[in-house]
Amino acid sequence: MRDVAIIGVKNTKFGELWERSLRDIVVEAGIGAIEDTSVSGKDIDALYVGNMSGGRFIDQEHIGALIADYSGLSRNLHVPATRVEAACASGGLALRQAIMSVASGYSDIVVAAGAEKMTDVGSEEAASALAAAADREWEGMAGATFPGLYAMIAKLHMHKYGTTSEQLAEVAVKNHKNGYFNPIAQYKNKITVDDVLNSIMVADPLHIFDCSPITDGASALVLAPADVAHKYTDTPIYIKATAQASDTIALHDRRDITTLDATVVAAKRAYSMAKLKPEDIDLVEVHDCFTIAEICAIEDLGFAEKGKGGIVTENGETAIGGRIPVNTSGGLKACGHPVGATGIKQAVEIVTQLRGDAGKRQVAGAKYGMTHNVGGSGATAVIHIFSRER
Amino acid sequence: MSSVPRFWRSLGSRYNLEGTHCKECGEYFYPPRNVCVNCRRMGELESFKFKGTGEIVTYTLIHTAAEGFENQAPYTLAIIKLDEGPQLTSQVIGDSEKMHIGMRVKSVFRKLGEDGDRGMIYYGTKFIPADA
Repeated sequence: MRDVAIIGVKNTKFGELWERSLRDIVVEAGIGAIEDTSVSGKDIDALYVGNMSGGRFIDQEHIGALIADYSGLSRNLHVPATRVEAACASGGLALRQAIMSVASGYSDIVVAAGAEKMTDVGSEEAASALAAAADREWEGMAGATFPGLYAMIAKLHMHKYGTTSEQLAEVAVKNHKNGYFNPIAQYKNKITVDDVLNSIMVADPLHIFDCSPITDGASALVLAPADVAHKYTDTPIYIKATAQASDTIALHDRRDITTLDATVVAAKRAYSMAKLKPEDIDLVEVHDCFTIAEICAIEDLGFAEKGKGGIVTENGETAIGGRIPVNTSGGLKACGHPVGATGIKQAVEIVTQLRGDAGKRQVAGAKYGMTHNVGGSGATAVIHIFSRER
Repeated sequence: MSSVPRFWRSLGSRYNLEGTHCKECGEYFYPPRNVCVNCRRMGELESFKFKGTGEIVTYTLIHTAAEGFENQAPYTLAIIKLDEGPQLTSQVIGDSEKMHIGMRVKSVFRKLGEDGDRGMIYYGTKFIPADA
């Protein structure tokens, strides 16, 4: 297997992009990532696109071909294009497929993109599409919603470990603070713990400010074999690990409702592949679809002792400047969560940080970064570790 | 909220709280599984009717309802551990203020929802406090 590097990155603006279509934003991200390198269209060997639910959000399937077409990679170049779906982990998984494609030697230059256009349908229809990432027959039929599933995780975490609503709120407060410094973020407003606690209750104990929003957005990366990466960029960022794990699709079948075993296992595989420990990681983008998800993530990834995720957050250890900065982009909560794009956006943020280009949200001297992308309530977890040095 | 075929093929399980039991390793499954997750192809599954008693593992009061459940909001959704071992997701009917982790519950046969004014009515299992 060959070492793989990321040589180009680009995010579109995240938010309610009513005047733009899915193909518009993907092309902007794809071309932007290519322009970030000296690669040209004819160099591209393959395209992988993370997209969760084009069929329901924009009534369009066959997204791989659509995107290749509108990126100008189809009619003359006939670049193979593959859509990858794993609910909200679709982007992370598209990146993993792209890495494997380059590492195996089947491809050299590969574009990994992710995109979702969620605001073309009403919020109820969007919620219904998202609910399809859970077990429709045995969770959905009982009236489960995604906030409801994560609320049940939160309730048990509070019961077992004494985690408080205030600690959950601190996750949202921190991520909004980080998002304030991210030019592409959906929300640029700083919020307080009281704002979270006074916002309407969606599923007890989760308030609406504990939840990530409905978002339009696209992100793209260009990958190359590490040996030739310097030909295309002065600042290649190297992939040290790619790992994926699955768990039961229904939350009720888990070994422990408050632990995402898919994350634990994927993290173990990733650390082993990279020959690194949690203490070596300088910053991490975790899947904070709900505030409780970030608390569980930092525990499951080894950045906090099990049950201490709330306290660690409250103490500021996950803030920029803290022991392990989490979600410097603003996370899913403030930067936004276009479900198919999220896993790619996380990687764009880590690459930007490792290049030292993150401006006011820069983590000083960052060498190793990690992304953690989850599908559903934890049935899929995809983890990547990136490094400034090969 | 569902589709007739999807609902129809699980009627026995929904109406009678019927799952499966692996004769090889002894584990019980609800919802039913076709393959034992422990023994996989070596397992031997038989159908099994659960008593319907258990306890709340965790729960939430849902204010923003799932599509088709708008009339029921707010409603309590819970993960319930049946006494035979498996866990399932179901609504618990009763005073939401009195719900708590560890609360004993028992199954009841209830209407789950309907396909609009003229569509199919879905029935199945919900839970109530065991002392009710």
